[in-house]
Amino acid sequence: MAMLRNKFRKAGMARYLVTLGLLALAASFGYGQAKNSCVDCHSALPDPLGVTQETFSHDIHAQKGLTCVSCHGGDASTDDPTQSMSRKAGWKGKIDRRQIPELCGSCHSNPTYMRQYDPGLRTDQLAEYHTSVHGKRLVAGDPKVAVCTDCHGVHDLKAPNDLQSKVYPLNIANTCARCHADAQYMKGYSIPTDQFALYGKSMHHEALTVRADLSAPTCTTCHGNHGAAPPGVDKVQSVCSTCHIFQAQMYVKSSHKAAFDAASLSGCVVCHGNHDIEHPTDAKLSTGQGAVCMQCHKLGDFCDRARAHMLSQITRLDEAIKDADNALAVAESAGMEVSEARLGQNEARDSLTKARVAIHSFKPEVVDQYVQAGLQVANKDMKAGQQAIVQRNRRQMGLGLSLIAIAMVLVGLWLYIRKIER
Amino acid sequence: MTVVRNVRNWFYERLEWDDLIAPLRKKTVPLHRLSYWYFLGGITLFLFVIQVLTGILLLLYYRPGANEAFESVQYIMTQVQFGWLIRSIHSWSANLMVFTAFAHMFSVLFLKAYRKPRELTWISGVILLVLVMGFGFSGYLLPWNTLAFFATKVGTDIAGQVPFVGHAIMVFLRGGEEVTGATLTRFFGFHVAVLPGLVTVLITFHLLLVQRQGMSVPPHVEKDWNANPTTRRELKFFPNFALRELMAWYTGLGVLGALAAVFPWNLGVKADLFASAPAGIKPEWYFLFMFQTLKMIPSKVWFMDGEVLGILAFGVAGVLWLLLPFLECDRLARSKQWITGMSVFALAYVVAMSVYGYVAK
Repeated sequence: MAMLRNKFRKAGMARYLVTLGLLALAASFGYGQAKNSCVDCHSALPDPLGVTQETFSHDIHAQKGLTCVSCHGGDASTDDPTQSMSRKAGWKGKIDRRQIPELCGSCHSNPTYMRQYDPGLRTDQLAEYHTSVHGKRLVAGDPKVAVCTDCHGVHDLKAPNDLQSKVYPLNIANTCARCHADAQYMKGYSIPTDQFALYGKSMHHEALTVRADLSAPTCTTCHGNHGAAPPGVDKVQSVCSTCHIFQAQMYVKSSHKAAFDAASLSGCVVCHGNHDIEHPTDAKLSTGQGAVCMQCHKLGDFCDRARAHMLSQITRLDEAIKDADNALAVAESAGMEVSEARLGQNEARDSLTKARVAIHSFKPEVVDQYVQAGLQVANKDMKAGQQAIVQRNRRQMGLGLSLIAIAMVLVGLWLYIRKIER
Repeated sequence: MTVVRNVRNWFYERLEWDDLIAPLRKKTVPLHRLSYWYFLGGITLFLFVIQVLTGILLLLYYRPGANEAFESVQYIMTQVQFGWLIRSIHSWSANLMVFTAFAHMFSVLFLKAYRKPRELTWISGVILLVLVMGFGFSGYLLPWNTLAFFATKVGTDIAGQVPFVGHAIMVFLRGGEEVTGATLTRFFGFHVAVLPGLVTVLITFHLLLVQRQGMSVPPHVEKDWNANPTTRRELKFFPNFALRELMAWYTGLGVLGALAAVFPWNLGVKADLFASAPAGIKPEWYFLFMFQTLKMIPSKVWFMDGEVLGILAFGVAGVLWLLLPFLECDRLARSKQWITGMSVFALAYVVAMSVYGYVAK
């Protein structure tokens, strides 16, 4: 009897150990986590129905705890497709393009709901979208226009500040270009498709991509994002002025503002272009290649004389700065200390920049004011460079005389040594 | 002339210097084909005097402090009459002094002048060389320019790698965890007070020993002289040798003046504590052989950190170098050969690694 009891006791112990082992194994495989039967099947399907757990795990929504059911409805807890994808369980299937903005907006336009994830996140995207050309055309029944997922992606959607996000500043132009640079896709719309190619040549693109200046403009900076629309002729200057404040202030007060408005010309774009804005050079003020004034003005008229004066003054300051730079470089290469004058050159360069900005006032006297200030500094620095060279020459002369004196002493000492040792 | 004679007599009646200069009149210097190496010690002393004099002049305008140091040196170089010359001579003279000190040490080594009874002269000389390098390291930071700032950062970082006490040494040198204005004022203190005091005491001791023991004669010259006593030649220290030394000093002065006028010492750009280190930052040339060695040692050698191993190796080499006179034994002829061989290797190593460190990127 005791033997039998012992056997049972051993069998009970074994069962206990097996149960513990199974529990540990189940825990290590994530047994007990919420089941997601959607991914189980869809990970095995080809595109566009295929979504793997790996892909979805990178999605910002998945990281915040949302699942397939959050957007598509249904019941992910069962493997039976008739139950998991039943209308009774709220399954919506593939979301119709026209429904996407409203679906996204059901959460993103709800400040109370969004606050739990990011209290600082905007919730006016849907309202803005309705004011955009995309939104208006969608409502009008055009399914080709961009909806949320076209720009932000789907199932692997990243936060906008994620380098891989389609709306990260460095990627925005490419995202827009997917449609706007596709002539076939844009057929039927009366807008050009070369904006992306032109933007690629612009200094804005260079600043963004080469200098990695994330504040440099990309498509959405001028056109808006959710409320994307082309800036009207009268709004261009307002758009540019968000960054180029001083130029805009001077332009508004200038005679050109009224003239351009009267001729329905779009301010800044007339001289600088829009998508292919190049780095402005002084050649724009000239009468040769790259000149812009001569598009409207005639040689020898009052405005042309003002143009010529501004160009000559700016060229004068530019050359004075270069001359001073050269003089200081020569002095520096001779080992002279001219760092103070070097620092002064920055002030002269600031004046040159201000003078170039002052062109937007179209008043020679305003340009003159900055040119004179810059010339004063550049001339002073030039003098410092020249004086340093004179000083260097004097030092070498002094050195020569000292070496002669030292040589004479050496010879004297040598002769004296010879005399006393004779 | 009568006035001069009267003044001289007035002083003579009170000082009676005949006794004082009598040893100098009696003192002689061995004359042989290697005698010119005797000038190196004197030239190093001359450069030290130049350092003291120009250093005092620089002190009149230099202001230690992160916000003032660079500007004050800039002021010295641009506004102060002959300030550029004084600063350039101070910098060039410092580098020449390190060079002549090294040359003096190796000449003593190869001429076997460290042997009994000159062990203490050798030890005080090696310590003086280390202190001179300390002068260079502390003085390099004082203009507070970018290169100096980062070189000090690297140098004190290396000191921080010494096992057990490294961190404490680094904090002591920097006056904190980082190189800041506190490091500058601390280095200024070392440069103008601590090191000059120590060096003055040691130079006095070193010179006293040289005067007491006279100039060493290389063993092979001594052997020749003993074999043929008529070939033994000596030169009176005063005035014959002293006048020759004076000629060497004058030549040194000419070289210094030429370097200062033709290649004025660059001031560089003011140190920016928040800027990233410029590419290829290197210490002064006399630390290059150690810097390059530490760079070349793999990060891990067996179980030890490569840099720590390098520092320990240099530490051991330094101690052996200091105790060199005691490693040579008259009874063991091989010990002399070993020391000569190691000396040649050490010189070749220092030169080769310095050149490599200079050209390496």
